[in-house]
Parts: sequence; C-alpha cells; structure tokens
Amino acid sequence: MKVEIANLSIAFPTPRGPSLAVRGVSLTLGSEKLGIVGESGSGKSLTARSLLKLLPPEARVTADRLAFDGIDVLTATERQMRSIRGKRAGLILQDPKFSLNPVMTAGEQIAEAWRLHRRSSRREAREATLDLLAQVQIRDPARVAGAYPHELSGGMGQRVMIAMMMAPDPELLIADEPTSALDATVQAEILRLMEDLVSRRGMSLILISHDLPLVSHFCDRVVVMYAGRIVEELKAAGLARAEHPYTRGLLACLPTLSHPQPRLATMTRDPAWMDGSS
Amino acid sequence: MSGRLRTLAATTASVLITLFGLTVVTFFIGRVMPIDPIVAILGDHAPPDVVARVRIELGLNRPLWYQFWIFFRNLIHLDLGRSVMTTHPVLHDIGRYFPATFELATAAMIVATLIGVPLGVLAAVRQGTRTDHIVRVFSLAGSSIPVFMLAMLSLVVFYAALGWLPGTGQVSVVYDGIAPRITGMLVIDAAITGHWNTFYNALLHLIQPALVLAYFSMAYITRMTRGFMLDALRGEYITTARAKGLSAARIVWRHAFGNIWVQLITVLALTYAGLLEGAVVTETVFSWPGLGQYLTNSLLNADMNAVLGSTLVIGVIYVFLNLLADVLYRLMDPRVR
Repeated sequence: MKVEIANLSIAFPTPRGPSLAVRGVSLTLGSEKLGIVGESGSGKSLTARSLLKLLPPEARVTADRLAFDGIDVLTATERQMRSIRGKRAGLILQDPKFSLNPVMTAGEQIAEAWRLHRRSSRREAREATLDLLAQVQIRDPARVAGAYPHELSGGMGQRVMIAMMMAPDPELLIADEPTSALDATVQAEILRLMEDLVSRRGMSLILISHDLPLVSHFCDRVVVMYAGRIVEELKAAGLARAEHPYTRGLLACLPTLSHPQPRLATMTRDPAWMDGSS
Repeated sequence: MSGRLRTLAATTASVLITLFGLTVVTFFIGRVMPIDPIVAILGDHAPPDVVARVRIELGLNRPLWYQFWIFFRNLIHLDLGRSVMTTHPVLHDIGRYFPATFELATAAMIVATLIGVPLGVLAAVRQGTRTDHIVRVFSLAGSSIPVFMLAMLSLVVFYAALGWLPGTGQVSVVYDGIAPRITGMLVIDAAITGHWNTFYNALLHLIQPALVLAYFSMAYITRMTRGFMLDALRGEYITTARAKGLSAARIVWRHAFGNIWVQLITVLALTYAGLLEGAVVTETVFSWPGLGQYLTNSLLNADMNAVLGSTLVIGVIYVFLNLLADVLYRLMDPRVR
C-alpha cells in the first residue's frame, strides 16, 4: 500500500472567487505512521479526506497525482471509491457523539461494517462484533453492543468507532483528531489502543492532530501544515531540530513542568509563511 | 419508573386542560355569534309569546355561565344535544357523516405520504440540482394554490372537459344505497359486501377530492421531509457511513432517513389531523357527504348544537392525534425512550 499526493490543491467557491484551503501539498506514505499537525483551518483534515473522496460536494480538488495504492482517486468512480473506503482505508472522526449514528446500536453499526465487506451470516457478524469490541478492550462487549451511542461515554464511543473501522481489516487508518473531544485521561488510552492495533495488524496510520508533542510520540514522521501548505517535515524523533519558525513557535508556546515560565510565549506570525517562501 | 409515571400524568393533565379549553372557547364563540337560534328553529314569523316560551325551554334566558354548566354536564354524558336541521342527536349525525370524511382524508393521506416523503428525500439528496428545484416549485404550488380553486379547476378539467373522472358526490345516483352501510366508508363497504360496480364507481368518485386534498398535504410533507433530510445528511455520522464504504441507497435510507422518520411521524400525524378537520372546503366543492359538509350546512342554518358538536369532535381528534404522535415519538426514538 502506498499513498502518493503531489501538488494537491483544494478550493471552495466563495462570493469573492475561489478560496484555497489546501495549496500544493505533496507527500507520500508507505507502511508507516504519519502525523499531520496544524491549527484549525490549516487544511490537514481536507488533505486526508481527499484521499477517500469524502470532501464536501462544493470542494474543487486538483492535483498532479492523488493515488491510493496506484488507484487514481481523482478519476476514480464512486464505485471504485467504495471498494477503498472502509475495506482498504478506514476513517476515525473526532467526536463519537456526532460520528456514530444516534438511532443504531453500537453493535449494529459495527456489524454493518463487518458484513459489508465479507459475505457472512448475521450470527457470524454478531460474533465478530463482540470479538472486535473485546479487541478494543471493552470489558462488557454484549452490553456495549446493545447500547445506543448516547448511552456510551466519549471514550467508549471512540472505541466503538475504532472497532467499526477495524472490522474490514483495512491497510490504512486515517484518524482525524481522534482524541480531541475526549477527557485528557482517556486520550492516552485511546491513542495507545490505536497504536497497538495498527502495529499488530501492520497497518499504516495517518494521525491528524493539533497536538505536536502527542503526535510525535505516536508517529514515525510528522508533517506540519500552515495555511494549506506543508511548512515542515520531520522525523518524529527530531522534533527538537525543527527549523521552520512556525514549528519552533508552536514548541515554544508549550508550558513545561521542568522549566516553568512566568509568562508563556505567544506566536508571532510572519505573513511570509502564507506564501511558503520562508 | 416514577419518571415515566410523571410524564404520563403530565401528558394526561395537559390533554384534559386542552380539551376543557377547547370546550370553553367553542361554547363562547357559539354564544357570541350574532345568530338567534330561536329564529333558526321557529322562523322569522313566529308569534312573540312562542319565541319567549322556546327561549325558556332552551334555557337561553339563564345566565351564560349556567348555560355553559348545562352544556358541559351534558357533554360529560356524551350528550351534544339535538340538531335542529336533522332532528337527530348531534352525536348520531356525526357518526353518520364522519366516516365519509375519514375515508376521504385517509385516502388523501396515503397518497400524500407515498408521494411526499420520497419526493422530499429525493430533493434533499439532489440539493441544488434541477430535480430539487422542480420538486420545490411543485410543492410550493401545492401549498400556495387555495384548495377550492384547485378543486374547481380539477372539476373543470377532469370532469367537464376531459370526462375522465365523475363529478361531485360520493357515488353516482344509480348506485346510491345499494351497498349496505357497515363502516360508513362506501368504498370499503362495497368491497367487503362484494358490490363491485358500486365499489368501482365510488372509487372513481374518491379520486378527485382525494388527489386535491393530497396535493395540498403532500406539499407540506415534501418540504418537511426535505428539511429534515438536509439536516440529517449534514450529520457527521453520514461521513462515517460513507467512510465505511456503504452504498448511497443505504446511507440515504438506513442512516439519514433512519434518523428522521420518527420526527416525520409527528408531521404526518398533524397533517392527518389537519386533513380530518380541514376537508371542509373540499367537501363543499365536491358535495362530499362528510363532516365538513355537515358543519357548513349547520353553520348556514344556525344549527348551533350541530356546529358546537362537530367543532368539538374535530378538536378532540386533533388533540388525540397529537397525543398519539407524541407517544409514538417516545416509543420509537432511542434517544428519548
């Protein structure tokens, strides 16, 4: 499995002409864990979703190349995309409160994903569902399977979401801010769970977040996006050697316990970053 | 469990209060109308002493609150008084006329739902496209054209000009009274007693008024369905469903529609209630022997007991359909269950 993105741009029409949300992003991904970091509106989510063609209908996508395992996503039909979505690449969204269907039980939603990509009986799907729920470390799979999303906590909901996306055993998992809506104590658990599953199944991971240290902890490689561009690409271990002033600025803003500061640094933005000419 | 009991008590109380309010308002509107029910009974030329006697017999000389008390007491015993026009008890009359209205409203409702809901879904799925615009104009027309106008236009075109459908009435005169009255709904009575000629004729008569009524309700149903669906389709869980690789049909019907049909039931119940009460104009244009026509005739004849009685019955139906929608909502939606 290989993801190739070359010179990807995504624009949205506005009354004052098209507005570019992603401007010329290029990156490749093999069997690895890639983190995409950036602030809200930096285009990280759009970039990842464009791979699955899950953008809002008004989005205009152009690219020299946008391919998933050799399949050209730009020209792929809806039918071809459906054979990628779920089956080969899963997507985990931010808040299970909104991303799980409120009128279907957790079990129904997982079983649906399971059955879609394998021809199996209801009973097999039910057993697989319970097994998947156990794999995401839910202690009482039978109860959770019968519960509606509003009866589950955020962490539980996100486990259900992960189980659902793991069901077809995809090669790539895209996690779009998977822990931003969760309590701090649950965040680490969910990320560890995800990392564990990804490593054990030999899957690739794209982890989107605005939390730079967190991402570098779980990924092999990190790209930093700003205003629709990639401004820096680093090995996760080399975070301290970041060169771009934006990345350095972000890191400087972080409070640390070992070196308490009376006043936290704030970000001073250089308009030149917008053009990517720094 | 106590929470559920409390909800039940609160619902019952609110229904009772609504019904009482309905009775009060209906009664006093009936009394402040500048119509003298005695003139309606005796005619213009009755001698004054007779008028005075009837006034005392009917209790119209008593204070208004006392008259209301009598009315309310009788109402509790399901006695709505006698109709001056038909000389029958009002409740008996309503039992006679209501089935025809029920038949018409139900036929219209079925058509309106079967067309309106899919059209609304279609418009939402194709939002902003030509299909959407056509559906919206079509449904806007339905809610803008007055029903009597549409009814008469339809008669002019399909009855007078084209001759495709029979004109007014529930059935042609030759078939009148042939099928025995069981439910009061002619199409059904004719079908279960095997009077197929009557059945066919009555069905043809039903088509026009039912379609006119249906068009009006369909417009509303379509717009509401479209709105609900647009909301649902914007949900994050739709993105999840797409990311799973589900087919468009499954996303639309299982995931989006699955989230709105409970809300939709409320809309349908209220529309149905509106049809049961609001068929007055259509029934008049099509000479449909239903409650609407009974109410209109009673009004024109200043038959106050009949007017009060029919208004109350319509109000009660409305309140109970509302209640039914509420209960269904609570039973069906996992989020409020």
